[in-house]
Amino acid sequence: MNILKILDKLSDDTLFSKTFSRNENLNHISSIGKKAAIAAIPLGMGSMLAAETKNENSADSIYFKKDALTDALQLALVLEYLEDEYYKIGLNTLSLIPTADRTVFMQISKHENAHVNFLKTTLTSLGVTPGAKPTFDFTAGGSFTPFTNYSQFLTLAQAFEDTGVRAYKGQAGNVMSNKTVLQAALQIHSVEARHASMVRRMRANKGWIELANGGNMPPATNPVYAGEDLTVQAGFNTATAFGNAAGSASFDEILTGTDAQAIASLFIV
Amino acid sequence: MKKPITVSGATSIDTGRRNFLKLGGIGVMIAGLALVGCDDDDFDYNPGNNIFDLGAGDVGVLNYAYALEQLEADFYTKVVNNFYTGASTAEKEILTDLYHHEVIHRDFFKAALSGATTQVLPTLEFQYPNVNFNDRTSVLATAKALEDTGVAAYNGAGKYITNPTYLVIAGKIVSVEARHASAIRDLINPGTAAFSGDDVIDTNGLDLAKEPKDIVAVAGGFIKTPFTWKERGIG
Repeated sequence: MNILKILDKLSDDTLFSKTFSRNENLNHISSIGKKAAIAAIPLGMGSMLAAETKNENSADSIYFKKDALTDALQLALVLEYLEDEYYKIGLNTLSLIPTADRTVFMQISKHENAHVNFLKTTLTSLGVTPGAKPTFDFTAGGSFTPFTNYSQFLTLAQAFEDTGVRAYKGQAGNVMSNKTVLQAALQIHSVEARHASMVRRMRANKGWIELANGGNMPPATNPVYAGEDLTVQAGFNTATAFGNAAGSASFDEILTGTDAQAIASLFIV
Repeated sequence: MKKPITVSGATSIDTGRRNFLKLGGIGVMIAGLALVGCDDDDFDYNPGNNIFDLGAGDVGVLNYAYALEQLEADFYTKVVNNFYTGASTAEKEILTDLYHHEVIHRDFFKAALSGATTQVLPTLEFQYPNVNFNDRTSVLATAKALEDTGVAAYNGAGKYITNPTYLVIAGKIVSVEARHASAIRDLINPGTAAFSGDDVIDTNGLDLAKEPKDIVAVAGGFIKTPFTWKERGIG
């Protein structure tokens, strides 16, 4: 059973709002009902979900630092698996992508495939088995038809790329303990942003996100853009000079691990 | 026309005042922003002449980002105040947005630094000896170089940030710079792979990341006001 589905079904803020050891997690979970695959929860997955509320400097977090780091990479890997498969299917679907647009998607696809391999290699080098590729459903249970409708293919591509940017950004704090991993994460993160800008512009949007408007995006993708209308950064009002659209666009926002998982889970069986 | 300095093959620029004055007379090649540099040992550097040092720790990184945002803001201000001949409506909109964003970034860093330290980088002076602001090719090539440089700079500086809040801030900005870079590159080579080209993305799918020393060596040609960043081996 897919790990993201397990987490989704277990969704309980209090469960993951503290840093538990693996044994404590298992004991706590057994008190609310056990599922066969629960024992497969990687050590520290709870700490990843709680990352946004956890005190980074606590003694507990030092113990879990490596796990927060590898869990961040596992999340990134899921997102890269998703993009990689999405573009492979799209490029292999006859008559879907217009010839004039193929070059762009071949380049994006090349990168996503490289990201999958890079993250797997990185995880292995950290002594962790990379997660297996989930089974994807890019129709999101029948809500979309991206492989028979190019407009929808572009729509989801934009959603995936903008999600990727926010998801990586949200994990920066969890990987900063390893300078090599941090830099690599930043280097992937900016590539996703280049992708996002290009796909957005192919959809007659600006390459950057103004307010919380994805730009002709279906309501199901609202979570991808929620919070992007922020115009205060570290106490500085970014809207003063040129208004809310420019202010909000000048900074991209994070997605927490929880929110990134929720978006990915829409497309995972 | 001044006699050009012979490139000694080194990759860093001594940003002492003497060098800046000499660099002011040299054409800096914009295509690829070829390095023009001299070995640090070539010049006597007198630390006593009040040249601003970017500082230590996170303050140094913030000042570094502030310097680069000052440069981008200054460049785009010039661009939007006199668009190149034949600029399309779409191009004007993009360049105006970039101008907005970089000015906001610059003002953000000035405010953030002012709240955190007295060691705030002063307003720098810039020069664009080989940029023709009336020419689309020249302006877009420079914009591309500046945006790619911004991405590489933030990606390479992240590991030097110790405060997680600052790291997230840097992250929030670098992805916008990458969006910019992608758009400019596509304006130059529409519908190709240039938006995320093999010249900047390696076989692992990783974007550029450069050390501050290397960034200052490349961007230094635009910067008239000298500064140092001793912690990062600059000056």
